[in-house]
Amino acid sequence: MEVILPIANATAAAIARVSAAFNAPHARAVVFGIHIDGHLVVEGLLIAAILFQLSRKSYKPPKKPLTEKEIDELCDEWKPEPLCPPIKEGARIDTPTLECAAGPHTTIDGKEVVNFASANYLGLIGNEKIIDSCVGSVEKYGVGSCGPRGFYGTIDVHLDCEAKIAKFLGTQDSILYSYGISTIFSVIPAFCKKGDIIVADEGVHWAVQNGLQLSRSTVVYFKHNDMASLASTLEKLTHGNKRTEKIRRYIVVEAIYQNSGQVAPLDEIIRLKEKYRFRVILEESHSFGVLGKSGRGLAEHYGVPIEKIDIVTAGMGNALATDGGFCTGSVRVVDHQRLSSSGYVFSASLPPYLATAAISAVNHLEENPAVLSNLRSNIALLHKG
Amino acid sequence: MVRLPYTTALTTLFSYGLLFAFGQLRDFFRKLIDWFRVKDVKGYAPICLGLEDFYVRRLYLRIQDCFGRPIASAPDSWFDVVERYSNDSNKTLQRTSNTSRCLNLGSYNYLGFAAADEYCTPLVIESLKKYSPSTCSVRVDGGTTKLHTELEELVARFVGKPSAVLFGMGYVTNSAIIPCLVGKGGLIISDSLNHNSIVNGARGSGATVRVFQHNSPAHLEEVLREQIAGGQPRTHRPWKKIIVIVEGIYSMEGELCKLPEVIAVCKKYKAYTYLDEAHSIGAVGQSGRGVCELLGVDPADVDIMMGTFTKSFGSCGGYIAASKEIIQHLKLSCPAHLYATSMSPPAVQQVISAIKVILGEDGSNRGAQKIARIRENSNFFRSELKKMGFEVLGDNDSPVMPIMLYNPAKIPAFSRECLRQKVAVVTVAFPATPLLLARARICISASHTREDLIKALDVISQVGDLVGIKYFPAEPPKIAEADHDKLE
Repeated sequence: MEVILPIANATAAAIARVSAAFNAPHARAVVFGIHIDGHLVVEGLLIAAILFQLSRKSYKPPKKPLTEKEIDELCDEWKPEPLCPPIKEGARIDTPTLECAAGPHTTIDGKEVVNFASANYLGLIGNEKIIDSCVGSVEKYGVGSCGPRGFYGTIDVHLDCEAKIAKFLGTQDSILYSYGISTIFSVIPAFCKKGDIIVADEGVHWAVQNGLQLSRSTVVYFKHNDMASLASTLEKLTHGNKRTEKIRRYIVVEAIYQNSGQVAPLDEIIRLKEKYRFRVILEESHSFGVLGKSGRGLAEHYGVPIEKIDIVTAGMGNALATDGGFCTGSVRVVDHQRLSSSGYVFSASLPPYLATAAISAVNHLEENPAVLSNLRSNIALLHKG
Repeated sequence: MVRLPYTTALTTLFSYGLLFAFGQLRDFFRKLIDWFRVKDVKGYAPICLGLEDFYVRRLYLRIQDCFGRPIASAPDSWFDVVERYSNDSNKTLQRTSNTSRCLNLGSYNYLGFAAADEYCTPLVIESLKKYSPSTCSVRVDGGTTKLHTELEELVARFVGKPSAVLFGMGYVTNSAIIPCLVGKGGLIISDSLNHNSIVNGARGSGATVRVFQHNSPAHLEEVLREQIAGGQPRTHRPWKKIIVIVEGIYSMEGELCKLPEVIAVCKKYKAYTYLDEAHSIGAVGQSGRGVCELLGVDPADVDIMMGTFTKSFGSCGGYIAASKEIIQHLKLSCPAHLYATSMSPPAVQQVISAIKVILGEDGSNRGAQKIARIRENSNFFRSELKKMGFEVLGDNDSPVMPIMLYNPAKIPAFSRECLRQKVAVVTVAFPATPLLLARARICISASHTREDLIKALDVISQVGDLVGIKYFPAEPPKIAEADHDKLE
């Protein structure tokens, strides 16, 4: 009994206070002619309710990371594929093994055969002078160069060879690579980075495609050796696009396509390049020493000054009968590669005797331009027949 | 791993900061001056935009004369370094015809086959006359000669695998083989300090690449468990195959790989292993067979073994040794085999002769002597350097020893002062090493005699005092002299 009375009094006092709040003058409001009493209290309660809800944690389903046992089970279950797929029955496994030099006549399994498989365009395999200079080089420098170009792998024959090639072609400078196919797939990523635009021919060979893939730029292909397609592609890319002014743009073509044997029309390409302001990377592996009156390549064949082509690369494993590759162009182009071309910086340099062979081969080409007329008459004969 | 002392890190950062600030100042003035000069190439975006070649222009060009020094003789233990001069503060360097005879501590000439050798060179010259310097054709169409098949069998026998295939360049070997083995849907786990060729090959393959901490089998296991349990990114399908790529000797650290533990982890989780023995084949091991022999690992446990012929055999090119099925698959599908000119025949003959010398099949024991000598030389040199107080990285028995320099100013100081005293060393900085950890790297050869090494130690000690790179306290000279007497 004594407990109930104070509680009843307290409740009555509370109700009286609430009603007073409801009936206080400032709690009254008139909205559209309707009296609303005690609206402030209601608003106050609503705000309190909102604040209460906001302060509670939101519902997130609990994260259950995999237990060690589950990971063990998954690892046991997992079955990898075999490292190499099974070889199909009809796949060719035997390759012809030569028993002497790969000249025009060679011996396979004791039989003498005529060799149409080697890219020995100028017939320099077996040339006495070249072999003598190589012998001298091996006796002086040994076989390998034992280091990359930056760390005592630069031998004076490398520098002589670079100067010789630059002088022969009429460019400012050149740079030697130690393997034919690594030339083009190191040059392209050195100049083209993510965000650049490259327009390339569809029919370029594997090494160029690999370079394009490694460069991570946007690559647009145009129809093989089709200048109309090239023009329309260039137009589409640069039309109305103000931003292309700042982006580096390249056209990648080969002088003689390895896969189809066609010759690229250089004069058309230069005209388009100057119109749309693209830089040209020309791959001259099969045309250096073959095209042109004195073997200086595609630029001489079409009578285009070599300065108009920004970057010329070539592998020396074809006409020059040696190994390795070079890239030539202006001083800026060549100097840039000395530090940012991965096939140059991270790889051992060309063996010195191969550089000597290259110098002798270029000398031979300069002194005997008659080999080119021989080559051309042979080509014409085969075409006709 | 290298522990960087706090004060050294601060001073190095300060030096780089100063160089960076000066470089920016010069760039600013260059831009001002160029405003008034006519530009002749309009409309073409420049080859390097903005800060892309800042490091090259402002930091590297200052010390350009320490790199790319041309030589005028074979890279043997003593060679002729061509002197160069510059008229425009190192932007371009001109050759002179003067040379200076220096001790070679930089070339990769581990077994001394770099110069003309009494057994190898006559055979090389004979093969040059018979097969001429190049075959001008790819391996599959008339580029394979008897020498190539002989070398492939010899390499397979030397390394301890059933079969091998050759390539003309070590860099191309890695970049072209890895895409043939693993494609989209596969996983490559590679060591964080792997060589650029492996990184390029991994990128070109299209597989997902994950990196584990350098030489840490525990972290490798963690990464493997996480990846196998998680599956391919986003789709969570199981991986098609997993390849773990490690190197035998890491060329910038001189460390050996922890091969037995790595192989154990890979076997447990059914991952394939790829071992790149570019620096270790021929140079370590009881009979020169590389890291597997040194650490007691059976070659059959490593799925694919790769190596190069540039370092220990004095030639050029690379090889892959694996089981017969894998090699046949590679011969049919690897672009470097199908589209690239085959290896030059005289270079092949050089490797054949070099391996025969190492195995002792040429009738003498020069091979065994060379291997013993390089091990002795490396251990002697490393222990002496450590006694002098230098910070030397790498494990015992490894012929590569980096000496830490840290500060960017010490790099050209060390290099030029050593050259003045007729010792040629290699210094390496960013980007081949992390920014703060510049070092000088010494490569020991079997053709270095004890006198050569003692002279080198004297010079390095003097220069080290001048430049201030003896970061650890030196041992007292009394004990050092007693050790000298013991060894002699």
